[in-house]
Amino acid sequence: MEKVLMKGNEAIAEAAIQAGCKYFFGYPITPQNEIPAYMAKKLPKIGGVFLQAESEVSAINMVYGAAGAGARVMTSSSSPGISLKQEGISYIAGAGLPCVIVNIVRGGPGLGGIQPAQSDYFQAVKGGGHGDYNLIVYAPSTLQEMVSLTMEAFDIADMYRNPVMILGDGMLGQMMEPVEFVKPPARDLPAKDWATTGCDGTRKPNIINSLYIDPAELEKEVDKTYEKYKLIEEKEVRYEKYNCDDAEIIVTAYGTTARIVKSVIEMAKEEGINVGLIRPITLWPFPYKPVREYADKDHVKAFMSVEMSKGQMIEDIRLGVNGKKDVYFYGRTGGMVPTPDDIMAEIRKIVKEV
Amino acid sequence: MKVVFDKPKALTETPFHYCPGCTHGIIHRLVAEAIDDLNIQDKAIGVAPVGCSVFAYKYFGCDMHEAAHGRAPAVATGIKRVLPDNIVFTYQGDGDLASIGAAEIVHAAARNENITVIFVNNAIYGMTGGQMAPTTLVGQVTTTSPYGRDPKLAGLPIKVSEMLATLDGAYYIERVSVHDVKHIKQAKKAIKKAFENQVNNKGFSLIEVLSTCPTNWGMSPSEALEWVKDSMVPVYPLGVKKEGE
Repeated sequence: MEKVLMKGNEAIAEAAIQAGCKYFFGYPITPQNEIPAYMAKKLPKIGGVFLQAESEVSAINMVYGAAGAGARVMTSSSSPGISLKQEGISYIAGAGLPCVIVNIVRGGPGLGGIQPAQSDYFQAVKGGGHGDYNLIVYAPSTLQEMVSLTMEAFDIADMYRNPVMILGDGMLGQMMEPVEFVKPPARDLPAKDWATTGCDGTRKPNIINSLYIDPAELEKEVDKTYEKYKLIEEKEVRYEKYNCDDAEIIVTAYGTTARIVKSVIEMAKEEGINVGLIRPITLWPFPYKPVREYADKDHVKAFMSVEMSKGQMIEDIRLGVNGKKDVYFYGRTGGMVPTPDDIMAEIRKIVKEV
Repeated sequence: MKVVFDKPKALTETPFHYCPGCTHGIIHRLVAEAIDDLNIQDKAIGVAPVGCSVFAYKYFGCDMHEAAHGRAPAVATGIKRVLPDNIVFTYQGDGDLASIGAAEIVHAAARNENITVIFVNNAIYGMTGGQMAPTTLVGQVTTTSPYGRDPKLAGLPIKVSEMLATLDGAYYIERVSVHDVKHIKQAKKAIKKAFENQVNNKGFSLIEVLSTCPTNWGMSPSEALEWVKDSMVPVYPLGVKKEGE
């Protein structure tokens, strides 16, 4: 298949359609509006449904219904809208339903701003809604990766009966890059025999539910989910290692920030500083293993987490490093995208200290 | 021996958990009878609310989906859009539908979403222990209006059926009551019609059913039925509020 030049948000939408997503429920918010617009144009032509809900709360509950009926379904929003969806996300996770949720992150808190940010890491990775649950969180750093991960997200959601979040940002959503739509390798997906499709008496009625009044029963159900999470942690961790072999400083960054850090690595080389990058692709399950490995290596003097937030992923880096090395931080807030020079200046400071 | 009275097929064997004198049981039965009469159990998908009827998913013998508080019309929309040939209904109380779910029900009606809504109005939050609802009558004592609902503090009751009937999109809106046999029979007809409308692709149908809460009203079951007739019906007049073309 040939490459096409596309805007990030439209590329996500097209990838979802090619992955078999026929239902989309959303509500307008900047900077993700191209996703619903694309879906509104395309889905009716392929026998699908695009519906603009009256609120994000309603949109995610429509997703809850459609996912329960066994459909491949998606919603997208940006930070304040994702906050509103948290109720529904918790129910979807609690009922063990597959769906894909896209967050094209903007600055916060509150209305914040409409420029790119990474300040929804905690919300995406550490829960967001109420109760014990995890989303599978993908953090693409190029548009091609956004396409591939979106396509795969539907399979992964179906495979584990768990919502998957694509955590982009305003930069990835609004930029253009050439992309290729290549179907991911076919997976052996379980039948959706749990879906509410009408019960003709050949099976017991299916009930989509997250309510367990008996505490022992609730614990049993949550424990089952955590068995599933253990499996996901074993099988679905993804990350990229870049220039880590002899690095004295390991930078950790994801998404847009990781792209910038790659330029910084070249700049640092010219100054004789060896910088490596560990780029988580799954933010949950988090790639603790490579962080642990490099924390044990003598050539690594320090870690540095670079984020478009006031320091959120750094908590997972510290967990991985486990006190074995110093962990530095450089972060900017929504729209204040760090330049390579900004990051390089911080690296020079760290080199002097370690 | 000839069977003269039996449980509808669309109800499961699970005994209801409702308080003595609560009319949820009657309304469940009417919904199940409508499903039986129209022979749609194999196509029916119910959406249960949060409130006293939260366990509706245990009582109806069809596929069921438990929604968050107030969100049943949105969940039903999601299901119906995926499975337009199935019969999708919600069963919601007044706190669920008229308070926290006010936006969801208004927009489902405005879209003329082809679903059936059973709205049970007993003028109080039952499950949480008798708090004031949007449909609580002026002067009615609840745990959160201990001196009686004061319009200056808490406004006036919402007449959901009349409000939704102003929407051009909504197809069928009727208010019924179950306080005596005559009205139960009328309620049965209305509920069946609301399902028939969906079968015939007519669109959004909502039946508001005036119901009792003897426990939280602090009344005996028979006093509660009298209270529906004497106090609720004058505020919430019965009848068809809207029927589309």
